[in-house]
Amino acid sequence: MELHELTIHELNDLLKKKEVSAVEVTNSYLKRINEVEPKVDALICETADFAIKKAEEADKMIRDGNINDLTGIPVVIKDNMCTENIRTTCASKMLEDFIPPYNATVVENLNSLGAVMVGKANLDEFAMGSSTENSAFKTTKNPWDLERVPGGSSGGSAASVAADECAFSLGSDTGGSIRQPASLCGVVGMKPTYGLVSRYGLVAFASSLDQIGPITKDVTDCAIVLNAITGHDPKDSTSVDNVRKSDYKEFLKDEIKGMKIGYAKEFFRQGLDEGVKKSIENALKTFEELGAEIREISLKYMDYALAAYYIVASAEASSNLARYDGIRYGHAAEKYEDLIDMYMVSRSEGFGKEVKRRIMLGTYALSSGYYDAYYNKALKVRTLIKQDYEKAFQDVDVIVGPTSPTVAFKIGERVEDPLAMYLADVYTVPVNIAGLPGLSLPCGLSEGLPVGLQIVGKHFDEGTILNAAYAFEKACNFTAKPSFKGGAK
Amino acid sequence: MNYEAVIGLEVHAELLTKTKIFCNCTTEFGGEPNTHVCPVCLGLPGTLPVLNKKVVEYAVKAGLALNCEISKFSKMDRKNYFYPDLPKAYQISQYDLPLCKNGYVEIETSDGAKKKIGLTRIHIEEDAGKLMHENVDGSLVDYNRTGVPLIEIVSEPDMSTPEEAYLYLTKLKSVLEYSEVSDCKMQEGSLRVDTNVSVRPAGSKEFGTKIELKNLNSFKAVQKALEYEIKRQIKLLENGETIVQETRRWNEQKGITESMRSKEEAHDYRYFPDPDLVPIIVSDEWKEEIRKSLPEMPEHKKERFVTQYGIPEYDASVITSSKPLADFFEKCVLEYSSAKTVSNWIMGEMMRLLKETGKEVEEVLIKPHQMASLLNLIDNGTITGSIAKTVFEEMFATGKNPEEIVEEKGLKQLSNEDELREIALKVIEDNPKSVEDYKNGKDKAIGFLVGQIMKATKGKANPQLANKILLEELSK
Repeated sequence: MELHELTIHELNDLLKKKEVSAVEVTNSYLKRINEVEPKVDALICETADFAIKKAEEADKMIRDGNINDLTGIPVVIKDNMCTENIRTTCASKMLEDFIPPYNATVVENLNSLGAVMVGKANLDEFAMGSSTENSAFKTTKNPWDLERVPGGSSGGSAASVAADECAFSLGSDTGGSIRQPASLCGVVGMKPTYGLVSRYGLVAFASSLDQIGPITKDVTDCAIVLNAITGHDPKDSTSVDNVRKSDYKEFLKDEIKGMKIGYAKEFFRQGLDEGVKKSIENALKTFEELGAEIREISLKYMDYALAAYYIVASAEASSNLARYDGIRYGHAAEKYEDLIDMYMVSRSEGFGKEVKRRIMLGTYALSSGYYDAYYNKALKVRTLIKQDYEKAFQDVDVIVGPTSPTVAFKIGERVEDPLAMYLADVYTVPVNIAGLPGLSLPCGLSEGLPVGLQIVGKHFDEGTILNAAYAFEKACNFTAKPSFKGGAK
Repeated sequence: MNYEAVIGLEVHAELLTKTKIFCNCTTEFGGEPNTHVCPVCLGLPGTLPVLNKKVVEYAVKAGLALNCEISKFSKMDRKNYFYPDLPKAYQISQYDLPLCKNGYVEIETSDGAKKKIGLTRIHIEEDAGKLMHENVDGSLVDYNRTGVPLIEIVSEPDMSTPEEAYLYLTKLKSVLEYSEVSDCKMQEGSLRVDTNVSVRPAGSKEFGTKIELKNLNSFKAVQKALEYEIKRQIKLLENGETIVQETRRWNEQKGITESMRSKEEAHDYRYFPDPDLVPIIVSDEWKEEIRKSLPEMPEHKKERFVTQYGIPEYDASVITSSKPLADFFEKCVLEYSSAKTVSNWIMGEMMRLLKETGKEVEEVLIKPHQMASLLNLIDNGTITGSIAKTVFEEMFATGKNPEEIVEEKGLKQLSNEDELREIALKVIEDNPKSVEDYKNGKDKAIGFLVGQIMKATKGKANPQLANKILLEELSK
């Protein structure tokens, strides 16, 4: 087996035993990136020189006996998280040349543990999209079938893990942007509870929904990365400081006897692919065989989640993205008549179609006269959805269901139909609306493509999710690997 | 027809915190452009604001000092608009749930009537940067001020004359200074005033069309601009013209208000709760703690000065109008027993010199014990009252001890009878006309002659003694 095929914990074993060095591990990944990146296009930038320097530092840490779970482990960071002195573009022409003078807190956390960043991942511009086709620079391909999308917006992050370009990656999830691409790429992705991971340095899309999380090859790695990135950050006032920091590895037990697992009848209906449905039903059977108690629940406001989400997220985005005005950094128009014209030309040139669509939607939803009809109404729906979950969690420990209604779809297939594209997130969005934690892991194949199982838990109950996921992973034994079939002729 | 004005004021006051509202940058005034900034106050991508607790504390303190209700629950909102001085393209402010509301300021008009001016609200917000258009091709921005914490104090339209507006501002400033939440320096932009004014037929319930006045650099300017604007509006109405709602600027040089030709379009700030900031909760305990930290307010101090020191109400109100002045007075009184004498000197010489030199009370070099020494020198006859004024001026300028000044300049009172008699004889000889007048029964002439003695001795002659000697010599 090649080094780049290993999980974090497997690499960690080798590094601990000093059978390999961090530099060797990094070189194996850099070589792999050279091989597959031309096919996959998962990365906006490769940071080879920086990675070798970091790997050398990691080797020194290891020599000094300071090894921890992530020392010397190669990681890819979604390019909407700020990296000091390294370009952070958000896959937008607007920020093409933006070099932040600071690290995101999560990047700082990984750095302090000795993780090695090998590149920054492609994404839908400013994390808006479900296919990574909205990047201003390149379209990432799904390693399972290069004619298909990897999902989005963390498509680059998920594809880079699936293609073994890194041992793990970080994504951000506003409406499913970690879980949906993880599902489509056959890897593990988790959106932690809102507030568990600092958002400082994450270029904001929709502040009340955004959350950073891990994308990994297995559930154990997910717990390891979660350990590294959680915790209170004084630089983010929405990061919680009253939750005891857990060691998530302690929840990795294959014993789930008596665990109450819910599924909503609303999950199984029109729009859900037959193959996906079958995999999910099998997954429920597996849980039952493991001794869990399966209960049907109802999430009756689920139907309104997508609508509420697009109002709230777009409203916040219209405000968050207003700072890209060509005055201080990033793209600025060369020709303009006056100040207002300068704003208009800079923004027209700098933003892509989807971003503009959402800015307009959000601006409209917040404008006086429409605020109550849209934004305020959306907030009320948000409350109802939260209550839906609260009620459901009185009866069950976790809720499982499909992550995405379909397997990976073809590149270009939904580009002209934004509403069809938005449906890709129909199962993940309600979780962000309620601020809950959710994890997606592979549970089978349909049409030769991976199907993702979503496990949603109570606020700050990541442990129970990991427990269920770990037990399922053992029982399901999903071992298929991407085939890199198809691709540009 | 008789018209009356309706005036409301919006005051922005900079809070005296050491650091900005959402980051640790200094709030110090000035500095090279863009040196008091960091990624957070520049709104760089990915950065997040974290509310400075001191800002809430100071704003609550101001609210309590201004008789407001303090909201247990309030939140920060975003006010969205594009302008180059606003780094995030939204200002973080408070919209529908301000931190403080329903307060009042009590003013005393010149006819002695007391009037309460209502305060609608006080909310916290961040300041924007500063655009510079001079001496450059294009425009430059200095972001040093972005994120400097402000409170906006919005009054009810309860004032009906420019004088009331002036009194309101003076009182507001003194309360803010007293509570030590703002230094209220208008020249540094720590205090900024916008005013809304409309006129209507006296007694009418309906409001007239409101005009906003900007560019008001002093309280006097506010008063003058209002006086002008009210006259202008009344004239328009009397000519049967309509008043268009607009923003006007005060032109200090010309003494007129001018239209700022602001665009007709209505602003839509698209306010919504800032999702980056958690709600502000002010517990009863915290509120009480802040209340306890409030110093004595001007009204209480004034009443106390009248009863404790026995000075007239007028004196007390002048002295307590400024906290540093009141503090100086109290320290002097500790060292010198006649409070009325102290208050005379403060209201007379000291305030005159402050006005002339443009100094702040805090900058005055005279120490309270030196002030007491000076007054003692008058009491024990070492110097005359008029000489004391000269000494005081020197103390004000140099901070020297009065004894030292008297010694150096030879200003001791002349009480030597022989010496004075010699001078008196000379004066009698030189002013036969006055002597004649006196002898013809014009008592006033004696004053002139004493004055001549004072002149000859450069004010050092003991006036009582000079008087006595003159009378003796003239009756010979």
